[in-house]
Amino acid sequence: MQDRVKGPKYDVVGTRPVRPDGADKVTGRAKYGADHHVAGQLAGKVLRSPHPHARLKSIDASAALALPGVKAVVTRDDIKDQASEFVPAGEMLINYRDVVRNVLAREKVLFEGHPVAAVAATSEAIARQALKLIKVEYEVLPHVIDVLDAMKPGAPIVEDGMITQGVTPAPTTPSNVAKRVEFALGDVEKGFKDADVIIERTFDTKPVHQGYIEPHACVASVSEDGTAELWTTTQGHWIVRAHCSRLLGWDITKLRVTSSEIGGGFGGKTVVYMEPLALALSKKARRPVKMVMTREEVFKASGPTSGANIRVKIGAKKDGRITAAEGELKFQAGCFQGSPVQPACMCAFAPYDLENVKVVGYDVLSNRPKVAAYRAPGGPIAEYAVESVVDELCETLGMDPIELRLKNAAKEGTKAAYGPKFGPVGMIECLEAAKDSPHWNAPLGKNQGRGIAAGFWFNIGGETTVNVQLNEDGTVTLMAGTPDIGGLRASLAMMAAEELKIPYEKVRPIIADTASLGYNFLTGGSRSTFSSGMATVEAARSIIKQACGRAAKLWEIPEEAVTFEDGMFRPAGENAGNHKPMSLADIAKVAGKTGGSIVGVGAISAQGAAPSFGVHIADTEVDPETGKVTVTRYTVIQDAGKAIHPAYVEGQYQGGAAQGIGWALNEEYIYGEDGKMQNAGFLDYRIPVASDLPMIETIIVEVPNPRHPYGVRGIGETAIVPPMAALNSAVKRASGVRMFELPLSPPKVLKAMKAAKGK
Amino acid sequence: MSKHHVSTTVNGDPVEFLCDTEQSLLDCLRNELGLTGSKEGCGSGDCGACSVLLDGRLVCSCLVLGVEAGGKTVETIEGMATGEELHPLQQKFLEHAALQCGICTPGILIAAKSLLEKNPNPTETETRYWLAGNLCRCTGYDKIIRAVLDAAAEMRKGA
Amino acid sequence: MRYEAPDTLEAAAQLLASESGEARVLAGGTDLLVQLKAEVISPVLLVDIKKVPETRKITEEDGGFRIGSTVTGAELKEHAKLKAAWPGLVEGANLIGSTQVQGRCTLAGNLCNGSPAADSVPAMIAAGAVATVVGPKGRREVKVEDIMIGPRKLSLEKGEIIASFKLPARAAHASDAYLRFIPRTEMDIAVVGCGVSLTLDGSGTCTDARVGLGAVAARPLLVADAAKALIGTKVDEAALTKLEAAVRAACSPIDDKRGTKEFRIDVAGVLARRTALIALERARKK
Repeated sequence: MQDRVKGPKYDVVGTRPVRPDGADKVTGRAKYGADHHVAGQLAGKVLRSPHPHARLKSIDASAALALPGVKAVVTRDDIKDQASEFVPAGEMLINYRDVVRNVLAREKVLFEGHPVAAVAATSEAIARQALKLIKVEYEVLPHVIDVLDAMKPGAPIVEDGMITQGVTPAPTTPSNVAKRVEFALGDVEKGFKDADVIIERTFDTKPVHQGYIEPHACVASVSEDGTAELWTTTQGHWIVRAHCSRLLGWDITKLRVTSSEIGGGFGGKTVVYMEPLALALSKKARRPVKMVMTREEVFKASGPTSGANIRVKIGAKKDGRITAAEGELKFQAGCFQGSPVQPACMCAFAPYDLENVKVVGYDVLSNRPKVAAYRAPGGPIAEYAVESVVDELCETLGMDPIELRLKNAAKEGTKAAYGPKFGPVGMIECLEAAKDSPHWNAPLGKNQGRGIAAGFWFNIGGETTVNVQLNEDGTVTLMAGTPDIGGLRASLAMMAAEELKIPYEKVRPIIADTASLGYNFLTGGSRSTFSSGMATVEAARSIIKQACGRAAKLWEIPEEAVTFEDGMFRPAGENAGNHKPMSLADIAKVAGKTGGSIVGVGAISAQGAAPSFGVHIADTEVDPETGKVTVTRYTVIQDAGKAIHPAYVEGQYQGGAAQGIGWALNEEYIYGEDGKMQNAGFLDYRIPVASDLPMIETIIVEVPNPRHPYGVRGIGETAIVPPMAALNSAVKRASGVRMFELPLSPPKVLKAMKAAKGK
Repeated sequence: MSKHHVSTTVNGDPVEFLCDTEQSLLDCLRNELGLTGSKEGCGSGDCGACSVLLDGRLVCSCLVLGVEAGGKTVETIEGMATGEELHPLQQKFLEHAALQCGICTPGILIAAKSLLEKNPNPTETETRYWLAGNLCRCTGYDKIIRAVLDAAAEMRKGA
Repeated sequence: MRYEAPDTLEAAAQLLASESGEARVLAGGTDLLVQLKAEVISPVLLVDIKKVPETRKITEEDGGFRIGSTVTGAELKEHAKLKAAWPGLVEGANLIGSTQVQGRCTLAGNLCNGSPAADSVPAMIAAGAVATVVGPKGRREVKVEDIMIGPRKLSLEKGEIIASFKLPARAAHASDAYLRFIPRTEMDIAVVGCGVSLTLDGSGTCTDARVGLGAVAARPLLVADAAKALIGTKVDEAALTKLEAAVRAACSPIDDKRGTKEFRIDVAGVLARRTALIALERARKK
């Protein structure tokens, strides 16, 4: 691991302390979603549709309710419908009309696993038995699974009467295409005319699941007075509060949501599934209700990301300068609109400084679970296609893949096709680091090949509140509201310690519930270290300011005459008088006598999030007789802006790469002709295991984000963007065959190799 | 049908619980004994988050019936540290940042402990294959493997 | 669901035979518990045979070995003598699931689960393993290749339980190997599995061979033509080419989520060659 560090030196920021929540997590003490138990709790279970598409004619739960031990049943009749209205939810839009239908089917069931009813009973065994007693009458309808099939005229229509948006004039007949989006810059036709070489290819990818190891789980408890407690594993408990309150028609203040420790999310825990059902069941049963998904339910009924069909066309001069780039992206949204096709379009050519770009995207419904965000939603799919074509361009022109990319790389001032001009960005720095890396310059063995690919993610800021309390002994309690999935508490404590000039161990960071802190948007968009870090700095600086005031009060001098340096409050110069410097602890001790508790609040809508570029190098070995691909070496190079806790930055790089390797080689949703998923378990949904991977080398590039006090950029998502293209190119160079479909599973690779040999 | 009365030893302590035949040992640990450190990630033996030692042998507690634990010894993550002292593996996992979300960590620590009991000096490859039944979705395994190898080295020094 | 754990197989057989509802034998449980949870099966009775002493041990018998039906994969691996004599059989058994699954899984369970892709079964078939079966009518011997007759279908009668497997004595220059193809490095179900057992004479000529195949037909196969391709040869290039062809000719696989027909047939040949070469190398060294 090699760091390419620029910028100032800090005492705490940039070091690698043990995380504050570490001991609880290595001893089994940490409480995750399913680890919470409330006295008197009932077990809740969901009845799910066995059909991928059917009209829901009737539901009769009387026999289930008559079963001893059954305390409540919830069906579509218990949850009010919502009008169609799109509201912003972070990087995406949501429509409560669809949210209410995703939680519990109304007119139709739209995918195998779609919830139809929920039961609460005194034991899980009774709840399961009760599910079997619910009589549901379905009118089975023809289904459609594949994105291209869903776009064909005459395809079964998933949402009755849906008319494509973004097309003028508006179509007169319904289709499964919810929306068309377009981003353009310059004149692509002219650009292609100027090109010496044009490469145009079409790619297919399959839906893949986030694959968090912890299934969704929650415990709801609704009191007789209508106040409610909800414990849940989520990336954003304020979002859960908003969605549940809206769906149940409650005042927001009635519902207090506590986020448990979260066992992985990757975007998949940004939506509600069982939470509104658990609350509705608890309200009816007057008992707490716990609901935990099985792994099969997680696969069948929580969001994967889209599968897609992508056409990419790139034209370039002989010297490697790209003259035009065009993309057409068709994304599966699942059974409701809202695939990440828009960010995918925006992301597609972002690593490059181009004059002529046009990207068109289609958001397409089919009878699959509604997709949820997955780490850089849409980005990996778009970049897989674009970077694979860039690699072919390099081969065609006989150019080094780094040199061609350097020639076209996005830099400060580049206007992205989706609108903005980039500030300082690290694309060139990442490419240079790749060029200098030991990996790029290492020899390859027999049947081995090396691929390289770039990636990009926007990153976001948004609403964030952090509360920092100065305790009476000078220690600090920090409350944040963005759930900590992989080291956030450590990073926030480090920034607080750096600001307050106190040891890291003196800061205790916790994730507060929705009743204890101001609003926080969720952990997503790689925003939590950036945004909660910014709010932490603001809160800490407020504490310093207040402490200066307290010292001023004690010394009877103006507040401006107190300085804070090296952890001590001092009178500023001779004129301020001769007073003994005080530490933060000294001030804390007398806080009660100087005006009361000292609390700093950072309540912000964080602006200035900056993109992170990355470059991955992958070596693969392809077995010429079986088509099996083995990753033999892997390096991630990525711009972090500033790595607060480098070990957790490396961890994000390595984890993103590993997920991307799984996506590239083995992961996919497999459906039968019957429209049912055939691999809803970790046995056949094959995520990488320890023996599948090499050590994953990392190089942290630091091009500081000028809009963040420590230069932080979000880093969690970019790391999953380049792997599929890097591996696709590595496989080409190892085996001689270029593949146009994911995953690169052995039967497909072997078939392609044999076909190439036959030629 | 009445429940089974099971007497067993968990982390050195004699315990008793009642369970139905179909309840897994994992279910009994978590819901009858309140030991929620062992996690259920799949319920089918594919993820390893529920790993425990049964009579010293590494198993998935989701693939053992509670009633089968009668008269045996069970070791879970809750028994890994000694008093206030963390096991070297636990310590190394913290130092190497070998966990992100931490849901797989208890199972991996138990599995790694079992590895080092049998093989105090494993290679990287042996460690990777031994832990292949413990899925981690966050880390890419790099830091986990480093932490296990480092703990092994430290334990060999101490031995 | 009742749970019984008798201490003799005769008692276990009686329990199973007299149960009118669905009854299941519980050995390692690594398949059974998954099927219970998924409600693929809903027995009213489970008979745990792990408390029967004869199922728990590995003994030497007539120059060969007898392996009790509830001996786990991990215990097989730890038995140095067995591993030296039958490395292929042990590696087949050791490929069942994870380290955790190895702590529980058994040869008998792997066979009686009735999956054509079971890893230990082609290795047992290649080894010429014979099962001792206990039933309400007494004991009988059955060749492993005759036990599984189709997916989830066994030739065993109601109440019959596998007590142990007998492995024959090994000649001087004899060994075995097992390889499987999976997309990952671990944790998958075999897309193709191949076990080869070889005996050489002093000059290195193959005098006996058995080839077992898994996941390429509705049941694990003993491929006589594949063995014929090797017997009487030095296991040279010509013999290996014949072996590949014989193995491919024996395959009648299906397309499924784990692999295509075409791929399975192709890779079966590749694996057979690779497995035979490992067995050959081992036999020569003995």
